[in-house]
Amino acid sequence: MLFKPVILWTDALIYLLVMVALVFVWYVRRNEHMLVPWRRVGHSASGMASLTVLVFFMSIGLLDTVHFRPAIENGSNSEKVYSVEVLSLLDIIATPLRTRVEKTYSAPFAAHLYARETIELPDGAQMREFPRLQFGGAHLQDPATQLTNDVAERATTGLALGLLSWCLVLTLLSVSLARRDSATLSFTLSAIRRGDTEVPWNAVLATLALMFMSIGVALMLSTHYHIFGTDKVGQDVFYQSLKSIRTGLVIGTLTTLMMLPFALLLGIMAGYFRGWVDDVIQYIYTTLSSIPGVLLIAAAVLMMQVYMETHPELFDTIAARADLRLLFLCIILGVTSWTGLCRLLRGETLKLREMEYIQAAHAFGVSHWRIISRHILPNVMHIVLIATVMDFSGLVLAEAVLSYVGVGVDPSMISFGTMINAARLEMAREPMVWWALLSAFGFMFALVLSANLFADAVQDAFNPRVRTWPLQARKLQRRGREQYSKDKTVEAEIKGSHSP
Amino acid sequence: MLNYIIRRILYAIPILVGVNLITFTLFFVVNTPDDMARMQLGIKRVTPEAIEKWKHERGYDKPLMLNDSEEGSGKFTHTIFFEKSVAMFAFDFGRADDGRDIAHEIKSRMLPSLAIALPVFLLGLIVYITFALVMAFFRATYVDFWGVVLCVALMSISSLFYIIGGQFLISKLWHLVPISGYSSGLDAGKFLVLPVIIGIISGAGASTRWYRTIFLEEMSKDYVRTARAKGLPESIVLFRHVLRNAMIPILTGAVVVIPLLFLGSLIAESFFGIPGLGSYTIDAISSQDFAVVRAMVFLGSLLYIVGLILTDISYTLVDPRIRLE
Amino acid sequence: MNLLLQIKNLQTLLHTGPAPVMAVDGLSLQIMQGETFALLGESGCGKSMTALSVMRLLPETGEIIAGSIRIGGEDLLLLPEADMRNVRGKRISMIFQEPMLSLNPVMTVAEQIGEVLRRHFNLRGVAQHQRVLEILNQVGIPDADRRMEEYPFQFSGGMKQRVMIAMALAGEPELLIADEPTTALDVTIQAQVLDLMRDLQKRSGMSILLITHDLGVVAEMAHKVAVMYAGQIIEMATREEFFHNPSHPYSHKLFASLPAKNKRDRGLAVISGTVPPLSREFIGCRFADRCDHAWDLCRTTMPGWSEVTSGHQVKCHLFDQDNGSRAPSSVKAVEGTPQRASVLQSDCSILELLRVTDLKVYFPIQKGLMKRVVGHVKAVDGVSLTIPRGGTLALVGESGCGKTTVGKGILQLIRPTAGSVLYDGLELVGLERRQLREKRAEFQIIFQDPYSSLNPRMRIVDIIEEGMNALNVRGKPVSAGDKPSSSERWEVDALLQRVGLPPETKWRYPHEFSGGQRQRIAIARALAVNPRLLICDEPTSALDVSVQAQILNLLKELQNGLGLSYLFITHNISVVEYLADEVAVMYLGRIVERGSMDEVMGSPQHPYTQALLSAVPVIGPDLKREVIRLHGDLPSPANPPAGCHFHPRCPKVMPVCHEIYPEASSFSFTHTAHCHLYTQK
Repeated sequence: MLFKPVILWTDALIYLLVMVALVFVWYVRRNEHMLVPWRRVGHSASGMASLTVLVFFMSIGLLDTVHFRPAIENGSNSEKVYSVEVLSLLDIIATPLRTRVEKTYSAPFAAHLYARETIELPDGAQMREFPRLQFGGAHLQDPATQLTNDVAERATTGLALGLLSWCLVLTLLSVSLARRDSATLSFTLSAIRRGDTEVPWNAVLATLALMFMSIGVALMLSTHYHIFGTDKVGQDVFYQSLKSIRTGLVIGTLTTLMMLPFALLLGIMAGYFRGWVDDVIQYIYTTLSSIPGVLLIAAAVLMMQVYMETHPELFDTIAARADLRLLFLCIILGVTSWTGLCRLLRGETLKLREMEYIQAAHAFGVSHWRIISRHILPNVMHIVLIATVMDFSGLVLAEAVLSYVGVGVDPSMISFGTMINAARLEMAREPMVWWALLSAFGFMFALVLSANLFADAVQDAFNPRVRTWPLQARKLQRRGREQYSKDKTVEAEIKGSHSP
Repeated sequence: MLNYIIRRILYAIPILVGVNLITFTLFFVVNTPDDMARMQLGIKRVTPEAIEKWKHERGYDKPLMLNDSEEGSGKFTHTIFFEKSVAMFAFDFGRADDGRDIAHEIKSRMLPSLAIALPVFLLGLIVYITFALVMAFFRATYVDFWGVVLCVALMSISSLFYIIGGQFLISKLWHLVPISGYSSGLDAGKFLVLPVIIGIISGAGASTRWYRTIFLEEMSKDYVRTARAKGLPESIVLFRHVLRNAMIPILTGAVVVIPLLFLGSLIAESFFGIPGLGSYTIDAISSQDFAVVRAMVFLGSLLYIVGLILTDISYTLVDPRIRLE
Repeated sequence: MNLLLQIKNLQTLLHTGPAPVMAVDGLSLQIMQGETFALLGESGCGKSMTALSVMRLLPETGEIIAGSIRIGGEDLLLLPEADMRNVRGKRISMIFQEPMLSLNPVMTVAEQIGEVLRRHFNLRGVAQHQRVLEILNQVGIPDADRRMEEYPFQFSGGMKQRVMIAMALAGEPELLIADEPTTALDVTIQAQVLDLMRDLQKRSGMSILLITHDLGVVAEMAHKVAVMYAGQIIEMATREEFFHNPSHPYSHKLFASLPAKNKRDRGLAVISGTVPPLSREFIGCRFADRCDHAWDLCRTTMPGWSEVTSGHQVKCHLFDQDNGSRAPSSVKAVEGTPQRASVLQSDCSILELLRVTDLKVYFPIQKGLMKRVVGHVKAVDGVSLTIPRGGTLALVGESGCGKTTVGKGILQLIRPTAGSVLYDGLELVGLERRQLREKRAEFQIIFQDPYSSLNPRMRIVDIIEEGMNALNVRGKPVSAGDKPSSSERWEVDALLQRVGLPPETKWRYPHEFSGGQRQRIAIARALAVNPRLLICDEPTSALDVSVQAQILNLLKELQNGLGLSYLFITHNISVVEYLADEVAVMYLGRIVERGSMDEVMGSPQHPYTQALLSAVPVIGPDLKREVIRLHGDLPSPANPPAGCHFHPRCPKVMPVCHEIYPEASSFSFTHTAHCHLYTQK
């Protein structure tokens, strides 16, 4: 074996998440009425464009999730030895980026270091100058004259390659669309251009065009330059930015996965059973949510740090340690953020339990468990979904702040937060080292913006207020409405007297 | 009314007790004081004596919940739980690692925190509501559309970026105000301008969008149609009818954070070098000063609960339906 | 009389959903000064959109695409928005269906009325205050001086609608548009509000455009009537003419589908099919697909106006000059098919299925940290009733009287505080959940709201099977080889057919069905477990009249076929007359009168029953009834008045009524009432 697979805790959970997502997709596809809101997401141009970007980020994140320890060549062939370093598929793909480490800072596209160094000339004299980089632009004879041309040449090639592959995608897509609708190719193409297709392919394709071109350019250039420069220890910032994506995704998704069971179970139980169950659950989440989030996280992470420091024997590699810390961070974030969803679910369940179909189920003597699983759970899932997508971007942003404060991910783990934290120290430097900051912010912005736009599209599609409006209007008309609102007031009175 | 307030305060007590138990568990049960001492003194080369000394200095050398060596009430009072957790109810937070009294530090640092947090809060509220009203007034036009786009974009930018970018642009490039620092009195103004502006901008996206949603929801209600049917112009409909109703969720949502303003902002204060409670907390976190962090957790929860009580009271003030029932 | 409002060829489009909906399509009408013009139609026919078009207050998705609306010669559709604002609230005022939602909750009543005065008359300060007071007195708000400074939520439903009317009157309008003004109100309150509107019209001479679905309200109020169907007016006549001689087949059907006492022995006429979607293009008559008299011409040519008599116009080919031969003899009320009279007559009804004795359901009012119980909402306070096998007991009462709670208390969906519910000799109160489950198949419930009574995430087949699975009720296998599951499926098909739905519908989801169809599914769900007692909690009050007729027919048919017993909870007197064998009238948690249908409806004894029955509008051309006016509103069940609960509102109140709750007085073997007017046992 050339490698030994490693499944870290977060890896396992991500695989689980992917599996859950696949099962969910399969299930939704089989149920027409569940497909309806998703179709609406599919019809939103901004939603689909942002989904395209998100898919790109997610595939990088997934590549970075497949971990293993490569075998090390050692002289005697008796026993395989595996490296202590845990690598991922992304690391392998980006090997040139990972291994070409310079001495220290260098600006984007630079061929020289960012700081002067004293160099001893062959004749023994010393002079201070910007030494050439070991890898960045190393192929150039005379960077001063060649650099611009070389960069422009490579960028153009990259652009062309990007466009070419985009055209390939466009052709494939329109051929398959044309075949499906049994229309001519030119008709399909013009329909796509006009935005006359069911899914707004023009928005998706425009996003893809931008992405392909920038990926092409980045690919062509990054083999010979540090396109986003290097950091203090000479590591490529572009590589760091790519690695940060997984951390952001893990925080954004696993946190929700962690808290979901609690929020669902407790929220529905509180709303459904009311009485003392409700009192206890309300007390728990009021207490937890009354501790300001950052402080609770800070306190919990500090304590976790102490625990990990005093129990170093628990982790066999640095990666495992950093990973476990990431997982704990997710759990802690989950503990502080489940209360909001729990409250929402409790409120919705309180409303649902008075619905007449649930009364009808009671009249049939249907068990509590079945009422919860068949009637309540499916009718609160849209809230869970909206909360999940809405929370994602906030969590990605929170990671950066927490890592900055020092209660985020392990310092050895590459993340947007650690990148910013490291770069911040160089703010005062003259001239300023800006590239690490800017690329961290740039990547984060792209990720969070597309997540926000997608969340908006999902919310629009699933928001029951918008959807049931015409039904609501019809249902409440006539005397039904007076009855309805009277019932509601009596109910509110009863409820009000139950809870403070 | 007074009765009501007293009742609300009584409700708060079990919650505070809960918070206290959580912090106690977190700080003393998950890790023993020995662990903390070892962590602070360095894992490897640490003698048991040094640990004992460290614990004694901080009063962590007593049993957790029950002191068998004492008699009578001392069984309960001479314990970590009583001296460190129960004492917090009397605002006795003990001493920080540098030997200073935490309660005193908190008192002196509240004012600088408030000096940025309060203007950010008040000006922010005005700015966000204004923009949200404009967007609601021009709903379903390009003003509204691009407003929402701008809000989403603003929401997607890390707050760290606003601070770093603002410091770079305004202080470093344009030299308009000092990068960081603080002084008491009127001089503080020049130090506060930048953090306040940045604070407002970084909260603008989310708040404006949320207020806009509230306004639009309110505008779809039946009484707005009634108001229009009276022949009132749209501006009066918006300001007299919609705004008044929308202010109920907006104000009560805002009131809950007022007490928390005393805590200041963690990152802004540390970036701008303002000696408030936020930077105090950050320093405590990075130097792993558990006593301070514990005190801040308790104080934060206390202030939040005060905020909840104020919210309930403000409901009764702004909503006649609750006031008069 | 002078012409006040003239609408010509109005077309209003709504941009909701994938295709635009032509909510109003070519509507023309004229309203004279001082006249009440009723626009009658079922839900979704475009009547409200017409009203909002006149006000130019359409929702943002709405758009007027053609036509003219002239008031006193001025075309409103040509006015700039600023000038239109001078018309709204001044020349034309509007009141809405929901007084609860239509008033601003955080402004006092005086502020809201004063706003109009300030806007249109520039009245301020004391003058404004005086005028507000005057108007509030005019609309009959008692103690107006004090109450004008109160907020809307402090007013009851009827009082809120009076405030709305006051607000509309403040501008001294020439035209008042009333959009379902009494639909949300109880029948006794409705009578008060209608009285008030008539009275005000007499005094001020304004015109009223009354929008309603209720033939009774039309009979009470209107001078002229226009019937709307699918975005168009299809018949227009004076009230007398319309009630004497309704001409359009649709108008006919509306009358025929009304439940009434004299139709007890037969089914109600129903209109087959549903209203066509207004997003569609029409070639012929819009009613053709549902019309019994339609022939080829109706499907190919749009009918124009035909004159029946002078001033009575109808849009129907039957009345064309060329087709004179077909009319009018062919158009006569097509009554439903006669049904077998109930097998079970009163002599069998001694065999009671359910006996409820002294049922009490109290909801505790809790306060404080320890949740001390400081009082009780006595939703049901000692109700006794019996339901005969195969018979129907109607429980009648206004909203908030506790009739729904009685139904849920019987089913043990709400645990009763005290009392006994004997079902077929078995005491249900106090049974364990599990023991109760064994009996659950025997009694089922049908709810009021067809939209919340079916889980939107379940297929019809799952909805219907739920009860069968939970209660282990299995359908009889069709053949020996059938597996249980397939026999169950067969059972579902049979049930759907039984309630008049095709079996294929079982694979669909509730949102694909209309209100009436959903109610059928709810009935099928209840029938799936072979119950003997059905509690029907206002099953038709959210439905249009023509759909109501279908459901009532179905219920009657099921009773005859399966021998079901019904507890029919309703506020609708004509439904009671049509369906019930026995009647119990409820007021504030107690039954004040009960007896057989003929006894209670024919010779009501309790003053409340008398008032309730007198308040029901009589559908017919002649206005001959005396309404017994009730003062005030229903008191709160948390704090019922001492003595007889009804005494604060009773027109025949005596000193003793303040002191003691009256015992029952018997008028016949079955007929009793609780009132001090009569000698008590």
